[in-house]
Amino acid sequence: MTMLPETTGRKLGLVIDLDTCVGCHACATSCKEWNDAGHSAPLTDYQPYGAAPDGVWFNRVHTYEVQTPAGSKTVNFPRSCLHCDNAPCVTVCPTGASFKRAADGIVLVDADKCIGCKLCSWACPYGAREYDEHDGVMKKCTLCVDRIYNENLPEESRVPACVAACPTGARSFGDLGAPDSPVSRLVRERGGYDLLPEQGCAPVNKYLPPRTSAAAARPLERKVDNMGSALLRWLDKVLT
Amino acid sequence: MNPAYSIIFFTTASGTGYGLLALLSAYALAGDTAPNGMRLLALGLAGVLVTAGLLSSTLHLGHPERAWRALSQWRSSWLSREGVLALACYVPALCWAWRLWSAPGAGAPWLALASGLLALATVYATSMIYASLKTVDAWHRPSVTVNYLLLALASGALPWLALRHWHGAASGADALLTALLLAAAGVGKWRYWSTLDASEPVVTTGAATGLDRLGAVSSLAWPHTERNYLLKEMGYEVARRHARRLRRIALACAFVGPAAGVLVASLLPPLAATALVTLALPALALGLVVERWLFFAEARHAVSAFYGR
Repeated sequence: MTMLPETTGRKLGLVIDLDTCVGCHACATSCKEWNDAGHSAPLTDYQPYGAAPDGVWFNRVHTYEVQTPAGSKTVNFPRSCLHCDNAPCVTVCPTGASFKRAADGIVLVDADKCIGCKLCSWACPYGAREYDEHDGVMKKCTLCVDRIYNENLPEESRVPACVAACPTGARSFGDLGAPDSPVSRLVRERGGYDLLPEQGCAPVNKYLPPRTSAAAARPLERKVDNMGSALLRWLDKVLT
Repeated sequence: MNPAYSIIFFTTASGTGYGLLALLSAYALAGDTAPNGMRLLALGLAGVLVTAGLLSSTLHLGHPERAWRALSQWRSSWLSREGVLALACYVPALCWAWRLWSAPGAGAPWLALASGLLALATVYATSMIYASLKTVDAWHRPSVTVNYLLLALASGALPWLALRHWHGAASGADALLTALLLAAAGVGKWRYWSTLDASEPVVTTGAATGLDRLGAVSSLAWPHTERNYLLKEMGYEVARRHARRLRRIALACAFVGPAAGVLVASLLPPLAATALVTLALPALALGLVVERWLFFAEARHAVSAFYGR
């Protein structure tokens, strides 16, 4: 069924802090490791040791340079499925393989119904879906649906693999539909925003903007160390 | 967007087939007294073009054996609607063909009308698959739908005129109608390209990441060193270098050449006229393939912005 649910009981999703992300790719590799044996397994790799290695990943970390008034800033930017409320990848699906769960809002692909037409990946502005050439079906982030409800795991591990792996706590998981959940409070306090709101997808995941510092970085002071003799120090001073 | 050959063949061949069917239907409703054999031949040609196109469209699927599932989600998906309409169109068209074969001379206006309307509805659904995608700015515009319909009618008109020439049943009015449809389709495509050239990229890297609130944004490092699915499927950039020349080839082969050819042919003796109109067919086919290739290859997907493209 590719009609979207009118409302979802919960809106499970991620809040990604662009201020604290250090771009270590631990979320991406941890995602690959868990999901290679999870709900949508395998995440096929093509020519992993060849000239042009490629493969299916659910999480990709970009790095951007931003020219702020206070100077140039490097921002690491993890990109994955945003589990949109108004997911166009779901409504374009001709077979009903793509669906959004009414209970928690997670967007999933039923691999037994997918015909591999790729239209869902065309409809997604975020590049969240990656086609598995080996399996002939579309794959995407499952929000680790096989972890978050998994009673075989200790309770603290029942979060998406990317959240568990992040060494700086830049990724938070929770119910963004509940106004007083920790993630909703975080979004309110830090001015969390939607990616490409004009595309009308109503993404559930939110991004926290990098903090802007009031003071510009001072230019490095030229220190004269280990210059040897007093004569050389004097020459250095004269010539500077 | 990656121009998949199966989809280029599908949209051009089935578009021509549906255009031919729609014209046949219009001629029948207008009281055309063309010989039955000729109309059966035209119906057969339309059927072959449409069927070959539809079969080709399943070639790019990861699981062609599950293609039947695509008929289920017509309530939300234009791709599903296209499949349902394409199958539905076979019913009146086959009944019409049977009627022409079994009861020569008998009119079948309702079957003709249903065939023509469903043929146009299928082309409309095909165009909406593209026009409904907000992620591809070059496609998300009403002119895409207009162009698909005009191109189907124009490309269907030429084989229909050729058939009439072969049967010695072509009139000056037939030639004029064909030339007008070809000219309209050409003008539509020309205007589409002009507006495309005048438009700025809708989704920039700064807008996609939301980082433009801080300043100018540029991509410093991709997540991966090699091309991945997103770049192969949606980051196709090869065409843009040759786009100008390819556009001229498409305009000349698909529209200007055939339109001029059919007009000149209407002034020539029958044998030369038939030869000229027949020669215009391969030119049209080439022009359409180039036009459709550009339709995909020139279209930029929003996800390119994340890669700084």
